[in-house]
Amino acid sequence: MNALTRRRVVNVVAFVASGVATLIGLAMLCAILWTLLSRGFGALSASVFTQMTPAPGSAGGLLNAIFGSVVMTLLGILIGAPVGLLAGTHLAEYGRHSRLSTVVRFINDVQLSAPSIIIGMFVYTLVVARMGHFSAFAGAVALAIIALPVMVRTTEDMLNLVPKSMRDGSAGLGAQPWRTITRIVYPAARNGLLTGVLLAIARISGETAPLLFTALNNQFWSGNLNKPMANLPVVIFQFAMSPYKDWQQLAWAGALLITLFVLFLSIVARSVSSLFGQHANPGE
Amino acid sequence: MNTQAHTLQSHLRREARVEGVFRVATKASAILVLVLLAGVLVSLLYGSWPALKVFKWSFVTGERWNPVTDVYGALTPLYGTIATSVIALLIAVPLSFGIAVFLTETCPRSLRGPISMAIELLASVPSIVYGIWGLFVLAPILQHAIQPWLIAHLGPLPLVGALFQGPPFGIGLLTAGLVLAIMVLPFVTSVMREVFRMAPLSLKEAAYGLGATQWNVVWDVVMPWSRAGVIGGIMLGLGRALGETMAVTFVIGNAHRISASLLAPSTTISASIANEFAEAVGDLYTSALFALGLLLFVLTFAVIAGARLLLLRLERNAVKRV
Repeated sequence: MNALTRRRVVNVVAFVASGVATLIGLAMLCAILWTLLSRGFGALSASVFTQMTPAPGSAGGLLNAIFGSVVMTLLGILIGAPVGLLAGTHLAEYGRHSRLSTVVRFINDVQLSAPSIIIGMFVYTLVVARMGHFSAFAGAVALAIIALPVMVRTTEDMLNLVPKSMRDGSAGLGAQPWRTITRIVYPAARNGLLTGVLLAIARISGETAPLLFTALNNQFWSGNLNKPMANLPVVIFQFAMSPYKDWQQLAWAGALLITLFVLFLSIVARSVSSLFGQHANPGE
Repeated sequence: MNTQAHTLQSHLRREARVEGVFRVATKASAILVLVLLAGVLVSLLYGSWPALKVFKWSFVTGERWNPVTDVYGALTPLYGTIATSVIALLIAVPLSFGIAVFLTETCPRSLRGPISMAIELLASVPSIVYGIWGLFVLAPILQHAIQPWLIAHLGPLPLVGALFQGPPFGIGLLTAGLVLAIMVLPFVTSVMREVFRMAPLSLKEAAYGLGATQWNVVWDVVMPWSRAGVIGGIMLGLGRALGETMAVTFVIGNAHRISASLLAPSTTISASIANEFAEAVGDLYTSALFALGLLLFVLTFAVIAGARLLLLRLERNAVKRV
């Protein structure tokens, strides 16, 4: 075999291998989704949405857990999103080139991939240990801290896409920067900012580790933010690890619900941001 | 006329006041990001102080973890964390490289979007779902099909054999590593794809002009050019794998024991915290878990920060070149 043929053979082999790698990656996604769909739909019934989490060995539903997840996720995003929006605004507008922004940007990117269980320990010290008991509020705070870096990153990226000429136009008419930002820049970046919020919700709605020792769990219905509250991720964890068939079934149903919700949000977020023209990628 | 000028003036003054408040609010929010990180570090130091005072360096080197006698050493979870992450990278890095090459070079343009999106969706699947899938689907397959084969064929080998001995539990270091591999795959792929895409076209065209095959261009031109970025991507994946909690907690087996075999149940730092923290009784026990958290924080922070620095430098260079 001469050198040219060998190079051609290597070329073909390498690219076939890269195709195979891609197929393996896609197969993994399909395998996980397939298991979820087949086991989850089998376990899904009306009672999942109408009954409370049951005692071991008896039938029941996930109503209180679904409610708790919705409450804590919403509260988390209500705390995290405005702060993230403001911090992102500082990075993109007021302090674009300042040293502070460079540091904040870097730390924020590190926080994006930092282990969430450590946030759980932090909020435990900050809130749970102070108040003396686990609470839904503590869970929401933990989720807000995890949503924050996602919001900061997307906000900055999206505001940077707004052309400078729009800001100059507004300033030329005598508007103060805050008016330019809230009246011109935010509306121009609206879809992008919405993407950030959706991605942040997607990120926190499946989070389990930070809730384990903040919101804990609750077998019963509770709307009290000052008390432990049931939530889907922790219920799935507890039920899946249990030896009871009924509980494992409910865990699959819950896993299916969360995954469908999160995948739906991610896809919507992506299409919203592509409407905006640019692709944001804050997950990295 | 006078009143009009007066209203305008008061209006402008109000505008300026709001401006001041808004400016301070945005800056304070940005600073909050730093404060939160500092708060995390301080709370971990504060919480782990009692345990570190008692055990000093033997906390890191000690193998025993015994809540009954109140002796705590982090060596087992540390080993488990590193071993599972290394397994994950050994599997995920070649796959990610293949996918990134496929997406930037071979893939038909029309399939590029859908395939990238599918791979990225792997990143949005919640980690608890990986855990439940690993426990109920992957672990039985490993236990009944793959591990017996590994034990029969690789177990008797010298040196590496020790890694594949003992009964097939299904759950353990290998299973956790496999699940982690799938989880970090989209992150590593996405960084690699981005840095491959940044490689200057002129460089590639020059190589093609010299008669290079497509693979020559990838391996001998694009790879050297984007090496820092590739390493950054791998380190980012490592950071993820080190800190991942729920998926690992499901399939690691939660045994505070170091075994030579990769098939044996073990534990990781994050899995120990997740399993034991809410139920820890006694101040020293809780403090030891905080010390585990501190260890994980330092480890992941160093790795992720290193990765970010590499990627940042690459980005700056790319901007300079343009």
